[in-house]
Amino acid sequence: MAPLPFAKSDDVSTGAADIAHADRAHGRILDLENITVSFDGFRALNALNLQIDAGELRCIIGPNGAGKTTMMDVITGKTRPDEGSAFFGQGVNLLRMTEPEIAQAGIGRKFQKPTVFENQSTVANLELAMSGAKTVWKWLNAHITAPQRDRLDEVLGTIGLSGQRLALAATLSHGQKQWLEIGMLLMQDPQLLLIDEPVAGMTPQEVERNAQLLVSLAGKHTLIVVEHDMEFVRSIARQVTVLHEGRVLAEGDMNTIQTNTQVKQVYLGE
Amino acid sequence: MAENIWRDLAAALRDDRAGQRLLYTLLAVSVLVPLLNLGVGQTSWLHVTNYSMTLIAKYMSYAMLALAVDLIWGYCGILSLGHGAFFSLGGYAMGMYLMRQIGDRGVYGNPLLPDFMVFLNWKELPWFWHGFQSFPYAISMVVLVPATLALVFGFLAFRSRVSGVYLSIITQALTYALMLAFFRNDMGFGGNNGFTDFKDILGFNLQAPGTRVSLFLCTALALAGSYVSCRYVVASRAGRVIEAIRDAESRARFLGYRVESYKLWVFVLSAILAGVAGALYVPQVGIINPSEFSPVNSIEIVIWVAIGGRGTLYGAVVGAFLVNFAKTYLTGAFPSIWLYGLGALFIVVTLFLQYGVVGAIGQWRRSRLRRATT
Repeated sequence: MAPLPFAKSDDVSTGAADIAHADRAHGRILDLENITVSFDGFRALNALNLQIDAGELRCIIGPNGAGKTTMMDVITGKTRPDEGSAFFGQGVNLLRMTEPEIAQAGIGRKFQKPTVFENQSTVANLELAMSGAKTVWKWLNAHITAPQRDRLDEVLGTIGLSGQRLALAATLSHGQKQWLEIGMLLMQDPQLLLIDEPVAGMTPQEVERNAQLLVSLAGKHTLIVVEHDMEFVRSIARQVTVLHEGRVLAEGDMNTIQTNTQVKQVYLGE
Repeated sequence: MAENIWRDLAAALRDDRAGQRLLYTLLAVSVLVPLLNLGVGQTSWLHVTNYSMTLIAKYMSYAMLALAVDLIWGYCGILSLGHGAFFSLGGYAMGMYLMRQIGDRGVYGNPLLPDFMVFLNWKELPWFWHGFQSFPYAISMVVLVPATLALVFGFLAFRSRVSGVYLSIITQALTYALMLAFFRNDMGFGGNNGFTDFKDILGFNLQAPGTRVSLFLCTALALAGSYVSCRYVVASRAGRVIEAIRDAESRARFLGYRVESYKLWVFVLSAILAGVAGALYVPQVGIINPSEFSPVNSIEIVIWVAIGGRGTLYGAVVGAFLVNFAKTYLTGAFPSIWLYGLGALFIVVTLFLQYGVVGAIGQWRRSRLRRATT
């Protein structure tokens, strides 16, 4: 993995006080400040501030329309905010980069609906995601090297699809497609993974396996998980951020969040 | 590196049974047709007439055009309804060379100006006609003009993320605009008459049997070359990226692929193939005029590919041959029903043969195999 220009721990000062258990030793990996996005007058994000430290597993929850997906769009370069700044690591300005550039810089994204290349085999899907230069000319006569093959096998094992190596992605079950997509993110060797609703439509067993997988990835990678399933969030989360109407409503560990009166109002209408 | 390319190519063709059959058929045709044209007397029933040989050559250039469309549509998911434009531009570039070859043998006997310019009372050759007396220059224009148009058009369209039906519509507008422009006399391309009455190519009489056979062989070779190049591209890792873009564009983008560059690259390659096909078509058919730019022509190409079976390459070739053979036959035998026939064919394929004729044959063979094993 390419070394990331991590912020030195003493650089992490502004707005970090509210993150109770931030791992200062690793430094900041994502810093969104004052991000505002409007669609025809509707403020999808309203002066959003979000800081993520390297190695964290952060869950983002919030009611529909809270701006979770828009936030991911901003981080991955799909949507440009009207205002604000977004930095990755130290000094990598995400707002000046295209989607492929951001992906190459080390941010991977999993969509809500599993999105894999259905007409290609499982292993071909992973191969397509492999990190490295991805220009046309390089890829016209590129071949897999032995270390790359080992990496493919390793990731196939991690996502539990070694037995489906040559199966067409279209023939995989819904849950398997979700894992394949996570596997594709891993092949990218990203520092930061954005994961949108990883357990939507999964069986309880699959949900449990998924929780194990995500927890095992934290530390080596930084994960931002957007999820509706509170049970799942409770099972994996150390740090939770609640979004509401385009801004951060509350932040803290699961217990703090669950006792927060504002959060109760938003979620339960109390 | 060059060694790698050959190895990859060999591997790609080894896995492509249908492609092998196609190439062998092409080889047989290129041996048999000239032999039966030149070597067998006209009285014999085995004799292949000049007309038939030219017709087959015409189909082969159409097949190249179909390959170009299959590459961009079948593999990259970009439905171009304007590929006739690239074909025609290649054809016009070749036509300009052939016009300059006429020299002072035209009706007006002007050594420099083609007849239509003399007729329009022009005194000197327009600047863009200079250079076309040279064959290498003309050939480079056959490639460069369609490539440049595709590069500029594709760059603007893909950068603005125009896709789907919108892109199809603007490609259609592109070829329509070019048709209107080429119809104008003051454009300097012969207006609605276009170019015709060609005499020589590289100093050889176009009507001479040897020239006809050579052009036939060149077309067969170009078709085989196009097929092999396309197969090389789609079998490469870049080819898999292209298919990935077709199936899940945003996924590819978030994996770090510059989707626009890949699309542009395929679009330009496809335009070049179409241009070369046009350049081979013109000297054999003996005419090029603005009706080649007509939007209907471009739509027909898409129909050939759909009927043959898209995303297979060989399906495009089969489709181009089948539909054009049917067209030749039906427009001769029942001129009034051809368009209905084409429409019906398209509907049948869309409804019942999702993967085209080659797809249906493949399915039939698989099911027969299954029945044989159980």
